[in-house]
Amino acid sequence: MDLATLLIILAKVIGLTFMVVLPLVPISVYFERRFSAIIQDRVGPNRVGVPLTLLGAKKDFSFFGLIQPMADGLKLFLKEDFTPSHVRKAFYWLAPALTVVPSLVTVCVVPFGSDLVVNGEHHKLVIADLDVGPLFIFAISSLTVYGITLAGWSSNSKFPFIGGVRSTAQMISYEIALGLSIVPVLLYYGDLNLSNIVQKQADNGWLLLPLWGASAPWNNGGDYTAWLFWIPAMIAFVIFTTSVFAETNRMPFDLPECETELVGGYHTEYSSMKFAMFFMGEYAAMVIGSALVVTLFLGGWSLGFGIDAAISDVTVFGVGIGGLIHMAIFMAKVVAFILFFILVRWTVPRFRYDQLMRLGWVIFFEAALINVFLAALVVAAPQYGPAITVGGLIVLAIVTGALVWVLKVSERKALPAAA
Amino acid sequence: MAVVKVTRPKLNSGEKMYLGAIMKGFVITMKHAIASLRGKTRGASDLASSGLGATMQYPEQKWDEHLPEYYRGAPALVTDEQDRERCVSCQLCEFICPPKAIKITPGEIPSDDPWAKVEKRPKEFEIDMIRCIYCGMCEEVCPEQAIYLRKDYAITGLSRADMVHDKKKLYEIGGKRVGLVNKWNELK
Repeated sequence: MDLATLLIILAKVIGLTFMVVLPLVPISVYFERRFSAIIQDRVGPNRVGVPLTLLGAKKDFSFFGLIQPMADGLKLFLKEDFTPSHVRKAFYWLAPALTVVPSLVTVCVVPFGSDLVVNGEHHKLVIADLDVGPLFIFAISSLTVYGITLAGWSSNSKFPFIGGVRSTAQMISYEIALGLSIVPVLLYYGDLNLSNIVQKQADNGWLLLPLWGASAPWNNGGDYTAWLFWIPAMIAFVIFTTSVFAETNRMPFDLPECETELVGGYHTEYSSMKFAMFFMGEYAAMVIGSALVVTLFLGGWSLGFGIDAAISDVTVFGVGIGGLIHMAIFMAKVVAFILFFILVRWTVPRFRYDQLMRLGWVIFFEAALINVFLAALVVAAPQYGPAITVGGLIVLAIVTGALVWVLKVSERKALPAAA
Repeated sequence: MAVVKVTRPKLNSGEKMYLGAIMKGFVITMKHAIASLRGKTRGASDLASSGLGATMQYPEQKWDEHLPEYYRGAPALVTDEQDRERCVSCQLCEFICPPKAIKITPGEIPSDDPWAKVEKRPKEFEIDMIRCIYCGMCEEVCPEQAIYLRKDYAITGLSRADMVHDKKKLYEIGGKRVGLVNKWNELK
């Protein structure tokens, strides 16, 4: 490996992780505060800015309060970093780092844009173009739970401990649904490389918007597979998105830090920058989660409607900057999805713990499994002909009916004795 | 008391799916968000909102003209129409004050004073605004209607000493109030 390659890799790591993803964290915190404010008929932070009046100007330059995240960060840096005497020091110090790092490591397989062409050389806008992208993300991002569990345990205090235990149970439950729900997507594309998946979506229509390229029936000689696949894709999308909410401990599923029951949950005993790292970890996980949803279901960096090839060819002064335009599109999509995350947080009330477990194990797990078979049927239908497909559908319907029946029977409770 | 048994409502399968309720929730929250972005939040005009939501931007905009008649702000002493201090330093307010914020040093009115028949007035009258809880008991107990809760609410200071309102400050806030009782006024 020569020096140039190494420098390019370093530039990608620093550029994409520290210049693109990390700034999204404070920006999403700002969005969270402003968006929640306008939902609740408030204003939100709109003051922090450049205090020009101190320099003799007439008005302050508040800039919609966009500097608020910097003020928050500064505040957290300057606070006393207090370590209680009753904690397990080593794990107590390790835990915050363990929640942030996995979220940031998973950035490396997310494709941010199409190729950047410099001197005729194509550079992919992805740090590591792994052929096992989604698997890598699941493997690494589930390590986040160690941070939370260790934080809960090492704090040596009952509420953080309950928070940590809840988090572990929740992560295990939703990891299954998360993994199973994207099996249909992988079946459809026959590929685990996220760059290729996005490239296919750019050429042939997004998974949830198959309206151009080879997926549209008027282009491929009347093949409705892509349109039929929309049904399992939509189910997968709902399950995957909800599981991502659960994985990132966001609002409808934020039981590990449920402040009405557990004070602050796993980070009760943390202060200053260590608390900020938990906070950052949560938001980084949210950024990665929405990046993953956008990549798998909503076309990643592609603008859609078959104009991505034209964008990729945009060249200014001999440098193909199409990749950068695509990156901007990707960022816009990610920010839009983060706004959806925030909307959900301020709309849906928190689940009760048994409801959470029931949703994960009884509903999403089964739904994802059935969805895998449904997707396989849709994908295999053109090869096997109508007879086998209809037979498969009947079997699937019977299995689904049986599952729903079991669900109903298992739920039936004895009526309370009449008083 | 009769016992009312509340049973959980029976949900139909659509309600059990929960998705419809979530969609309804999105519609409600987005309705609020859009209304607040357009400055059309309910009550925004009544509350003199600054444009986003129903919030007034405090130091620039103030609520002063919206303060109700019964608003209880800083307690203050008042004079009557002849600029006589109404307070006769009976110290009832000092005794009733729940947080013990009032301190009165009574003094005699010298016999050559036109109001010598009133006999007493406060030499010093201090209200510690750090302690004051704006309960209005002093106003209620005052037999001379000399102390009133005015509409001043932004009581600030850089030290504890700044926060103690002395007699001069109290009369400055209170000002003159006419036509209340004319107990000591021979003309009426």
